[in-house]
Amino acid sequence: MVPNGAVSMVIAPPRRLRGRHLLFRAIRPIRASGLVVAAVIVCAAAPGFVTHGNPNAVHLLARFAPPMSRTPAGTVSLLGTDELGRDIFTRLVYGARTSMLIGAAAVLFAGVLGTGLGLTAAIRGGLADSVIMRLADMQFAFPFILLAITIIGIFGQTIQNVILVVGLSNWVAYARIVRAETLAVRERAYVEAARAIGMTLTRIVWRHVLPNVCASLIVVATFGMAGSILAEAGLSFLGLGVPLRIPSWGGMLADGRQYLDTEYWLSFFPGIALFITVLAVNLLGDGLRDALDPYVRTRKASRFW
Amino acid sequence: MTRYIIGRLGWAVVVLWTLTVVVFGVIHLSGDPTALYVGQEATAQDYAVIRHALGFDRPLLQQYGSFLAHAVRGDFGRSLRFQQPTLPIVLGRLPATLELAVAAIGLAVILAIPLGVFSAVRHGSALDDIGTVLALSGQCMPTFWLGIMLILIFSVQLRWVPIFGTGPLRLVLPAVTLGAWAMARTARITRSSMLEVLRQDYLRTAEAKGLSAATVVLKHALRNGAIPILTSLGLDFGNLLGGAVIVETVFGYPGVGLLSVNAVVGKDIPLIQAVVVVVAAVLVLLNLGIDLLYVVLDPRIRYGSSYGA
Repeated sequence: MVPNGAVSMVIAPPRRLRGRHLLFRAIRPIRASGLVVAAVIVCAAAPGFVTHGNPNAVHLLARFAPPMSRTPAGTVSLLGTDELGRDIFTRLVYGARTSMLIGAAAVLFAGVLGTGLGLTAAIRGGLADSVIMRLADMQFAFPFILLAITIIGIFGQTIQNVILVVGLSNWVAYARIVRAETLAVRERAYVEAARAIGMTLTRIVWRHVLPNVCASLIVVATFGMAGSILAEAGLSFLGLGVPLRIPSWGGMLADGRQYLDTEYWLSFFPGIALFITVLAVNLLGDGLRDALDPYVRTRKASRFW
Repeated sequence: MTRYIIGRLGWAVVVLWTLTVVVFGVIHLSGDPTALYVGQEATAQDYAVIRHALGFDRPLLQQYGSFLAHAVRGDFGRSLRFQQPTLPIVLGRLPATLELAVAAIGLAVILAIPLGVFSAVRHGSALDDIGTVLALSGQCMPTFWLGIMLILIFSVQLRWVPIFGTGPLRLVLPAVTLGAWAMARTARITRSSMLEVLRQDYLRTAEAKGLSAATVVLKHALRNGAIPILTSLGLDFGNLLGGAVIVETVFGYPGVGLLSVNAVVGKDIPLIQAVVVVVAAVLVLLNLGIDLLYVVLDPRIRYGSSYGA
């Protein structure tokens, strides 16, 4: 116990909510990020509701129109047009669909795979446990992007393959948490009681184990979503992501790169969209973690590179 | 200790072997690998000739055996694009990538650790808040976008740093780009690790017996907080080698990352195999080195007969 008034010279007490911090903390990052994520989800679910344009409509007369300029058709192009005269804002809105769809599908795939492997490791134990956890160690240390681009390069650029690869890069966090939690829950008296009254293993897992890990899984999945969105964009940037005709933020960035010196907006806006979305999802994850699971202290955001 | 090292080396062999299985599997499960070698206009007869010449008509296990037998001797075949043995090509590109990764890690150590320590010591101050925001932004920033924006600002607009060229300047922008994420992560981990340590009783003792603030923080706290930082730096190195794939593509930097992208795009299978195995070997050795460093940092850690570190 520190006696009252004893102020450590090294360990300064946290100074909270003093004048200059009020503004900083008043922004309420969690609520703002929730709004951003909601907006991106609306873009992804109903792009036609946000913009009337066609993301792939080519207007060769309106190439490289700067932001806020008037197109020959008489409309104002909010964020400008690209090298084929396609509207950047429209493509960003449709690009949100690519990011969210692949992010969500990859997280779902990783979550199911990781949960399954984590449960198997914990319940079976022995050889299955060692093999699964060693595999997890191995994957944690190896830059998965190398295998990812190999797989995409050989199996082809399809949405399914991108989801598969991004999902495969993400399962370890889920497996670790589910395994640890299952091992802990297994020793509890109520699980023993459930076993004693003849509950089947499947039922015990559904009724007692999974509800216990649910909160942690949701938090990990949120961070995983941020990582997956970045991973998809990275693959598309390398030209090894979604097929080229589908608008994606990473692909737009790569296309705009060669016009960087004069037409900055081609690659600037997709990057901003990506950054804000990923930041918002991460902040949402922080908020969810504080709300749902005060025990998970470390960031479980997994990233490819 | 010796047993521990032997155990770890055995584990390293297992990791490398698993990767050869994965890479071989990916290439041969995709259907007929001959298709990757022949042109689009190839006739069925061309296919048969090339399939036989490359040995793809042999049983899969036999093909893997021959691949492995050559691989352990450092022979991954000839690159389709360069028409040379692949291993020397990869090893020739490796120093450039390692240079980049070391520079990025160096930035993380020099800038992020002091920032993290200061944030923890002045917990809740304005600098702590700014550091937290910077670190979070760094973690969310798409690497390739950061690289492009740095080129736009420092090469295109200000003309301070050439995009291409030689000399140490060539390294600056790629290293900052690659290091941004490592810096962000290191700052966060240093901060939380130090916060954890600063709470301990022995630090209050150290302070009470009249040691200077610098001694308390640097000698007593940082040394004990260093283990998680070191672990994360080790993991980051793997991530950095992965990140190099993107950063080298952005900057046209001639390292292993750019080589691997070109190999994949050009479907240069022998080269892909060599890259994956070489990178894995580098990482395995590095992780072993880090585990041994733990002993130096924290004499309480002793590796006995089991190696469940």
